[in-house]
Amino acid sequence: MSTYIDVPALARVIAVSLLVGAGLPALFAVGVRALAPVEGRTSRSGLRVAAATLCFAICAATVLYGVYRIVATGGH
Amino acid sequence: MDGLPLLVVVVVTALAFDFTNGFHDTANAMATSIATGALRPRVAVALSAVLNVVGAFLSLTVAATIAKGIVDQDAVTLSVVFGGLVGGIIWNLVTWYFGLPSSSSHALIGGLVGAVLVAAGTSGVEWSGLVSKVIIPAVIAPVAAGLVALSGTWLVYRITRRVAGAERGREFRFGQIGSASLVSLAHGTNDAQKTMGIILLALIAGGQLPQDAGVPDWVVFACAAAMGLGTYLGGWRVIRTLGKGLVDIESPQGMAAETTSAAVILVSSHFGYPLSTTQVASGSIMGSGVGRRTPVRWGTARRMVVAWLVTLPAAAAVGATAETISRALGAAGNVIVLGLLITASAAIYLRSRRAPVDRHNVNDEWREPASEPAAPAMV
Repeated sequence: MSTYIDVPALARVIAVSLLVGAGLPALFAVGVRALAPVEGRTSRSGLRVAAATLCFAICAATVLYGVYRIVATGGH
Repeated sequence: MDGLPLLVVVVVTALAFDFTNGFHDTANAMATSIATGALRPRVAVALSAVLNVVGAFLSLTVAATIAKGIVDQDAVTLSVVFGGLVGGIIWNLVTWYFGLPSSSSHALIGGLVGAVLVAAGTSGVEWSGLVSKVIIPAVIAPVAAGLVALSGTWLVYRITRRVAGAERGREFRFGQIGSASLVSLAHGTNDAQKTMGIILLALIAGGQLPQDAGVPDWVVFACAAAMGLGTYLGGWRVIRTLGKGLVDIESPQGMAAETTSAAVILVSSHFGYPLSTTQVASGSIMGSGVGRRTPVRWGTARRMVVAWLVTLPAAAAVGATAETISRALGAAGNVIVLGLLITASAAIYLRSRRAPVDRHNVNDEWREPASEPAAPAMV
């Protein structure tokens, strides 16, 4: 099997993909939840807005890093 | 047809393949954004086209190779390249007609393998390379992407289960646009580069450029334009299948699926294990449906998998036929193959007009089987 499948490379691909591909949407979801109105309150607390901003900022930074990777490697 | 005329035909055919590549693969990036209304259909394909063009200009490391490690590079003559491109184009158009997302790279590789088999026999194909670089990754790609998208989607819905649907939808639509854009950019960089490599190879083989030449500017412009135009015209039939035919997509789920696609494509090529964009995107969308616990239309999924299995042999059969005609009849054979290519493409296009899918009906309710909508064609 291992002559046909580069097992270490594949394992790394799946591990990092899980971290980024599932982790980022989860982080984005945390941001969305932080911004959602809380029952019995009229205004959002500063802490929640800060947490949401941080989540969205990490997501945006990762996307920019993705663009940087594409530009830096000039394809694959 | 030898020398310059054949070279010109090969270059133009390569650009035509590049066009079908953009055309066929718009769906991978934009199907979910169009399905959830994150982007209006025309805006989505325009954004994807621009990013594909930008991506094409970022393709710095163009190698004058075609399917390296899969076919013996010495067996690759201009005529073989032509046969391979014909196989790739025809298969892209057939799968587009049936609205099936299938890998453009696989179609091209299939066409080439068929042409090489005729030109150089079985020793011209590096079978272990074909298995390890094409066939096994094709099995792994949808499974890996599906697993990641399943996990991401499940997490997203778990975390936001108390957030009102309308508000959640609005925010996730922004996320969808970002992740879909990344997929488009990666596609432009990856796939335009392959066509540039083919044209560079043809120019060197045809004696128009020295052995160590880089890509001429006009090749970069032409490839970027061909792919951008194809992307903008949008393979609506494939977009419809991926966006509506597999699962019903909501924006949080679309965002998870598209982020998965971008992550798997970029990470896999980073670790030197590149996976097909089409198979990754299709796997992501299916996985996201499972992750949200909505029914997946397995009938559509089954048709897609059949198309993936058939891609290599079918494109190979077309490539082999083209190369057989070219070898038997020489220059006249190339002309006949070109004529057949144009006739077949026109026939497929005209047939598609009987039941057109475009930006107006791309999001209509899905009916099984949808590859042949029963409604009579308009226009």
